[in-house]
Amino acid sequence: MSKLSLAVDLAGFRLRNPTMNAAGVLGMSPPLLKRVYDAGAGAVVTKSIGPVPRAGHPNPTLVQVSGGALNAMGLPNPGVDYFVDEIVKLKEMGVPTVASFFGGSVQEFAEVAYKLTKAGADALELNASCPNVAEELGMLAADAGNVERVTAAVKEETSLPVFVKLSPNVTNIKTVAKAAEWGGADAITAVNTLLGIAIDVNFRRPVLTNTTGGLSGPAAKPVALRCVWEVSQAVEIPIIGCGGITTWEDAAEYLLAGASAVEIGTAVMTRGVGVYGEIVEGLERYMAENGFSRVEEVVGLAHEAGRYAENSLDRCNIRV
Amino acid sequence: MPTKLEDTRKIVLTDVISECEGITSLWFADQWTAEAQPGQYVMAWIPGLDEVPMSLSAIDEGGRSSITVRAVGEATEALCSLKPGDRIGVRGPFGNGYRVEGRRPIIVAGGSGAGSLMPLVRELVSGGAEPTFVLGARTASQLMFLGRLEKLLGDSLVVSTDDGSRGFSGYASGYAAKLMEGGCYDHVYTCGPELMMVKVFMDAESMGLPVQASLERYIKCSVGLCGACAVGPYRVCVDGPVFDSGMLRQVRGEFGVSKMDLSGKVVRVDH
Repeated sequence: MSKLSLAVDLAGFRLRNPTMNAAGVLGMSPPLLKRVYDAGAGAVVTKSIGPVPRAGHPNPTLVQVSGGALNAMGLPNPGVDYFVDEIVKLKEMGVPTVASFFGGSVQEFAEVAYKLTKAGADALELNASCPNVAEELGMLAADAGNVERVTAAVKEETSLPVFVKLSPNVTNIKTVAKAAEWGGADAITAVNTLLGIAIDVNFRRPVLTNTTGGLSGPAAKPVALRCVWEVSQAVEIPIIGCGGITTWEDAAEYLLAGASAVEIGTAVMTRGVGVYGEIVEGLERYMAENGFSRVEEVVGLAHEAGRYAENSLDRCNIRV
Repeated sequence: MPTKLEDTRKIVLTDVISECEGITSLWFADQWTAEAQPGQYVMAWIPGLDEVPMSLSAIDEGGRSSITVRAVGEATEALCSLKPGDRIGVRGPFGNGYRVEGRRPIIVAGGSGAGSLMPLVRELVSGGAEPTFVLGARTASQLMFLGRLEKLLGDSLVVSTDDGSRGFSGYASGYAAKLMEGGCYDHVYTCGPELMMVKVFMDAESMGLPVQASLERYIKCSVGLCGACAVGPYRVCVDGPVFDSGMLRQVRGEFGVSKMDLSGKVVRVDH
């Protein structure tokens, strides 16, 4: 049996293990992202960077709810022209870096991607799915045609692997994933947060200043996992699973559902920054105990049994 | 009460006390706040406006706790203009708080920084320690908590004013340096303007004294997720707000030098 390795390859971007932080979590400053990497993550993902500085929404920007958190930060970021230096610092520190980014138009997406590429990022994650700026920017991932156009425009401006991060707040995520693939995406990140709301009963008003926010954490996991499952049936490119991963078992579920790597965010709130190392260790034990030597041997395995279940469903339908 | 500390409680202000010009203490009863550690903070929500981190300036004194607010912006001005009977939201307490250490600590407070040090003083004194408290302000009328501190500490309270209108004439950090040279202290606590805290830290380092300093940054999520309050590899909201000497050494390039604005851009620390 060959030696066990947790390394994964995402369209040429090699990670020492399949874990990263989710965009928006701890992604503002290079020293804090370095801490994520030192804690065991395979690579780090920056805060989503846009064409110009944004302060984000006023507080409250986060509220804890059963099984997770609801947030509406509003894409605070210092703007790409400023952030290129932060990418340089991360690279000087030896941290494999995925730059998350967004724009307000096809042209802006392409320009930001170009600048982040020049800055030296290792890969780009196209944020097509922030639920908290819909009124200003529209949610790109709601429209398959737009996703394809933006992805294609970004691919024109960069030689880096481009991961397109999708939203669960769509009718058919397979269609959108397919559109990203047609546009030239190198991987799909599935998924961003679920649109939600929390109301304070004493003050009788929504808690978040933005009224609605994105649900993350364990409460979101079954939905996000289902998204990965469906996307893996629709596309050939790798998938990065994201949504409520708190334990190594959660991460293993995502691999079995078809993800080649995972992003972990809200678990930092409950488990601390050490959660990255804990999950990596757990995955390693799981692979060793089950005789796997490479992560890709695990990816999508649950679909074997899943196909059987879907076939039986088909048979049911025929009888009806 | 089906609440957890992270849930927002609607609290009624029982007292609103003007400590000095532009600085106001808001008193309220809240079961979670009553269990806080000295140096911890709560998120104070003014519905429809903002939610801001506020150190506790009193913890469970006769069943009530307080925050002490300096009016520096829209949210803090709104807090300072509240009246008894008004309601705000509070969640927390959050953050690490001070470790209560030292038999003869020196405590250096500048301006409204005295707030977070008040519960610490009470705990130190009730544990039998003999703290010396340096209370500094720009001018005599800006000295906070004078009466309460005199009652707790007697002669161990010393005062400095930048303009010399009362007590030692000059910065609190300068006065503290003179006192520390006496060599009879075993621990240093400080809260106030960051440039003052850096000076206190550097002086204490040269004398080999351990320091705990309470830092301030924009806090958004308060649960360690968003990274808006990063100082070096630390998050002020959960790894802080109290930084010990080891942490301060690690963030020497930022402490008293730079901080992030709301967008994440690094700007100079100017006070």
